[in-house]
Amino acid sequence: MFEPRIVGFTCNWCTYAGADLAGTSRIQYPPNIRIIRVMCTGRINPEFILKAFKRGADGILIGGCHIGDCHYLEGNYKARNRYMLLKKLIEQFGIEPERLRFEFISASEGNKFANVVKEMTEEIRKLGPLNWGGGKKE
Amino acid sequence: MHDRNRIPEEVTIEPSKKLAGSEPRIGVFICHCGTNIAGFVDVKSVVEYASKQPGVILVADYRYVCSEPGQALIRDSIREHGLNRVVVAACSPRMHEPTFRKVAESTGLNPFLVEMANIREQCSWVHMHQPEEATRKAKALVGSAMAKACLLEPLAPTEFKVEPNALVIGGGIAGIQSSLDLAEKGFKVYLVERESSIGGRMAQLDKTFPTLDCSACILTPKMVDVGRNPNIVLMAYSEVKNVEGFIGNFKVTVTRKARYVDDAACTGCGVCAEKCPIKVPNDFDVGLGVRKAIYVPFPQAVPITHTIDKKHCLYFTKGVCKICEKMCPAKAVKFDQKDEDIDINVGVIVVATGYDLYDARQKPQYGYGVYRNVTTGLEFERLLNAAGPTGGKILRPSDKKPPKNVAFIQCVGSRDAEAHQYCSRVCCMASLKHAHQVKEKYPDADVSIFYIDLRAFGKGYEEFLERVQREGVRIVRGKVAEIYEQPDTKNLCLRFEDTLLGEVAEAEFDMVVLATAIEPRADTPTLQKMLKLSLGADGFFLEAHPKLRPVESTVAGIYLCGVAQSPKDIPDAVAQASGAASRATIPLIMGKVTIEPMTASVDEDLCSGCGICEEVCPYNAIEIKEIKGGKRKAEIHEALCNCCGLCGAACPSGAITMRHFTDKQISRQIETLLAPEER
Amino acid sequence: MGKLKLAFYWAASCGGCEISVLEIGEHILEVAEIADIVFWPAAMDFKYSDVEKMPDRSIDVCFYNGAVRMLENEHMAKLLRAKSKILVAFGSCACEGCIPGLANLKRREDILNRVYKETPSTDNPDGVMPLLKVKVLEGELELPEFYNQVNTLAQTVDVDYFIPGCPPVGEQVWKAIQTLASGKLPPKGSFIGCGEKALCDECELKRAEKKIKKIYRNYEVIPDREQCLLEQGLLCMGPATRSGCGAQCVKANMPCRGCYGPPPNVDDQGAKMLSALSSIVDVKDEGEAKKILADVVDPVGTFYMFGVANSLLRRAKK
Repeated sequence: MFEPRIVGFTCNWCTYAGADLAGTSRIQYPPNIRIIRVMCTGRINPEFILKAFKRGADGILIGGCHIGDCHYLEGNYKARNRYMLLKKLIEQFGIEPERLRFEFISASEGNKFANVVKEMTEEIRKLGPLNWGGGKKE
Repeated sequence: MHDRNRIPEEVTIEPSKKLAGSEPRIGVFICHCGTNIAGFVDVKSVVEYASKQPGVILVADYRYVCSEPGQALIRDSIREHGLNRVVVAACSPRMHEPTFRKVAESTGLNPFLVEMANIREQCSWVHMHQPEEATRKAKALVGSAMAKACLLEPLAPTEFKVEPNALVIGGGIAGIQSSLDLAEKGFKVYLVERESSIGGRMAQLDKTFPTLDCSACILTPKMVDVGRNPNIVLMAYSEVKNVEGFIGNFKVTVTRKARYVDDAACTGCGVCAEKCPIKVPNDFDVGLGVRKAIYVPFPQAVPITHTIDKKHCLYFTKGVCKICEKMCPAKAVKFDQKDEDIDINVGVIVVATGYDLYDARQKPQYGYGVYRNVTTGLEFERLLNAAGPTGGKILRPSDKKPPKNVAFIQCVGSRDAEAHQYCSRVCCMASLKHAHQVKEKYPDADVSIFYIDLRAFGKGYEEFLERVQREGVRIVRGKVAEIYEQPDTKNLCLRFEDTLLGEVAEAEFDMVVLATAIEPRADTPTLQKMLKLSLGADGFFLEAHPKLRPVESTVAGIYLCGVAQSPKDIPDAVAQASGAASRATIPLIMGKVTIEPMTASVDEDLCSGCGICEEVCPYNAIEIKEIKGGKRKAEIHEALCNCCGLCGAACPSGAITMRHFTDKQISRQIETLLAPEER
Repeated sequence: MGKLKLAFYWAASCGGCEISVLEIGEHILEVAEIADIVFWPAAMDFKYSDVEKMPDRSIDVCFYNGAVRMLENEHMAKLLRAKSKILVAFGSCACEGCIPGLANLKRREDILNRVYKETPSTDNPDGVMPLLKVKVLEGELELPEFYNQVNTLAQTVDVDYFIPGCPPVGEQVWKAIQTLASGKLPPKGSFIGCGEKALCDECELKRAEKKIKKIYRNYEVIPDREQCLLEQGLLCMGPATRSGCGAQCVKANMPCRGCYGPPPNVDDQGAKMLSALSSIVDVKDEGEAKKILADVVDPVGTFYMFGVANSLLRRAKK
């Protein structure tokens, strides 16, 4: 069975902490996701997303604070705006936009984190591998 | 008992030059965490994997790496093997990153050369039924941490000394409370107040809800304390002109406006004001009363020094009179005084600048400014006050007769899509208080309050509401659509919907009081730019976090309190003022501020001064400066940088590096996490 | 010292770069003094066999413009690489794929079908498609293979220097020629004939606040000639584009399109500009932000107009 490879970019104050809470609460979810911690989703350079797809990610999850709660006031607004354009862009590159997902998950939402990962893993499994292949010369 | 946090005196701190550019020598420490990790992840397999990764010198596993012996293992390994990077694969860095950073620091290794891999909360604990996959994931996470560790740089927090002084902007109750608290802790406080006396809005109030304390009676002792306190430099009739610098080191220029009266000499006897021939509408009485061209705004003013109003004084306008100068027994009048700019250095700033009130003329349907008997809440306070224009008698403006019935209209300008969306919080209680006071003076008067929702949320407030209702004050749920005036009696006819009865009705009143919204001060944007603060969508100064940091602004070293931050009543303003003073004391007491070193830095060779970073920074920490040749470059004030990374991600030239979370480091993490995995 | 041997080759491109060589104006006479042109099929009658006959590394500098779209381009890239001491990727097509690179958003079949069957003006009732080999009366004809992907020169062979621009502006071409002729060569792999910062460094428009509340297509507004075009809501790629062109388009009141490629420290020009633009959209409400960003009707065409082939993803999924 195809096992999707999912990369998560989560902010230190909300989603990373929410993922930790899922752990402390022993809420189980599929092991397909590997998380990279950033201080704020506003730190996420769109180049990271494209690099991740290029390197073999089948799906990418961006997790940040709820709107209005960003630890750094405005980071998640910027991240959300970038995400909106990125979704359009990756579709033009032939990548299904469902492969890139932005969720607002707070530090107290361990359950939500686990559910999002479960859901996303299955969704990506149905979409199949991206197999970007590095775009090598033909 | 060994204090694991104490840096041993015999160790010298490893100079960072030695490590920059040197080959990474990584020590990897994999924690079992009892069975929390080892019960689900094959630790030995992860050890084997780590020992094959680039840069590794040693890999060790241990039952509890965070324990004393675990930390000793790390410490000894660093020393014995000359490690210059440490990777700890264990619980979440949110748990123990500080622990392991301190361990590194104790050996002389820079604490920012430590990286953790979260193989517990985000691995073993959540994949308990899939040990093979958990092990594979742990390897990927360890590999990724090791790859990032190779690219880590030593970082040194910068320390700045803190000036042991504070500036409080605004001399209302919040500013007064903050100043007294800071002064009591032994710090020098400059209290800058724009008006000629401190006291603010609270001085304009007659009584305070729900206790019906006389406002001036509870306020003036604090005002006197401020005037007397040796630690407080009271700069009244002054304004902040310019602010530069950052937390611990603010350079402030204050303009002391000329009163044309020597405040050392003036005794406040008031002879000058008695003799002055010019009468002017008094701002303190919201224009309802008069004062002279030389005046104090109210009798309990602190300082009591009189002030000459240049715009109306006969000497300044026509070159004649000068009777005040002739009559002053202390020879305090000095027509040649000039505005003076004073420079002060302070460590912290508290903003307590208060509020303005909504101009009810923006609601022409209520006839304010046209119909004489339509007044505002603050005007009504002055009419109630014994020191006010009517000596405390409630008299209708049109015929100076007591009203037989009074209507209060709530939410004028508040909770209004066309004015302010927010609730001004205090007006329900203020109108209930006024209604009670009308009933107290004229028990037969008919008093109605037209409301949308009644907010009696505070201590004693609900009880006060019940009391006022029992006194016969009618409360009617419904917005008043329109007021029109009876031309002969100057009475006011209100058209309203009584929503609880479901009827549209009309009622006639002698007098109407509009509970106008609290608004940010009109010149808030000026102060905001001067201090680099942020404003909320409602126009009030923005706190650092809506829940957890209510007294700090978005600028380190600048604190907020009182209505300047959001509408609130006096108890909340006082509490917040003490809170702000308490937080402000922290850098003052510590004597130094440490700036987190994971800040942004600009490569000047790559920066084209486009200005995108300046706009994006939520903390106004970036300034585009003009340099030689008409070019521009971004300058990041690291003391203001909060390390969020917005600028780094937005910079279209890649000129900004986010220390400890660089593009290269994150890219390397992505590569290693997605590298083909051993099965 | 003998005269320098120069070569110019035109691969998959529009030919504008060849014209831009002529834009060096009278300096062409100086070039004629110090150099001999040993291969320039666009300008004079040269054949591939002329190049094949040359000894290896006998060409001093070869200016290769155009992307590698098909076998012929690749063949000549390899040949010229062998025969040249210095191989220069000349112009945006060679450096980053340029407009031909946009074809990477389609597959080979899509392109051939469109060109040979589907366009409204195609008259091809038998559906004749190009073939690698075809027998005709006179014998067998061969056509070079049309690849499924456009590649840059550096993705095909080892490149010494890069001169960006679509086309590189005349003055910069002359500066680059001077550099290469000087004998004091910059480090291999350098970009020459250009600046080392983003275009904003050269742009003289006034900057106020980088905040936008609406994005406009070029035809929708007549911009204020004094103020930054991006601040006026136009999609100016300047902040994410290498300087060197003198901001010509901006001076003509048109927003920069990004033809000089990314600034020195940027991997993916389009991603960086996307990030910058999204970051300065000054609204908090999601619906409003969506509306404003919806005016970026074609993200790839806007942000990657010149750089698809050299971007991180390089092409749309096959």
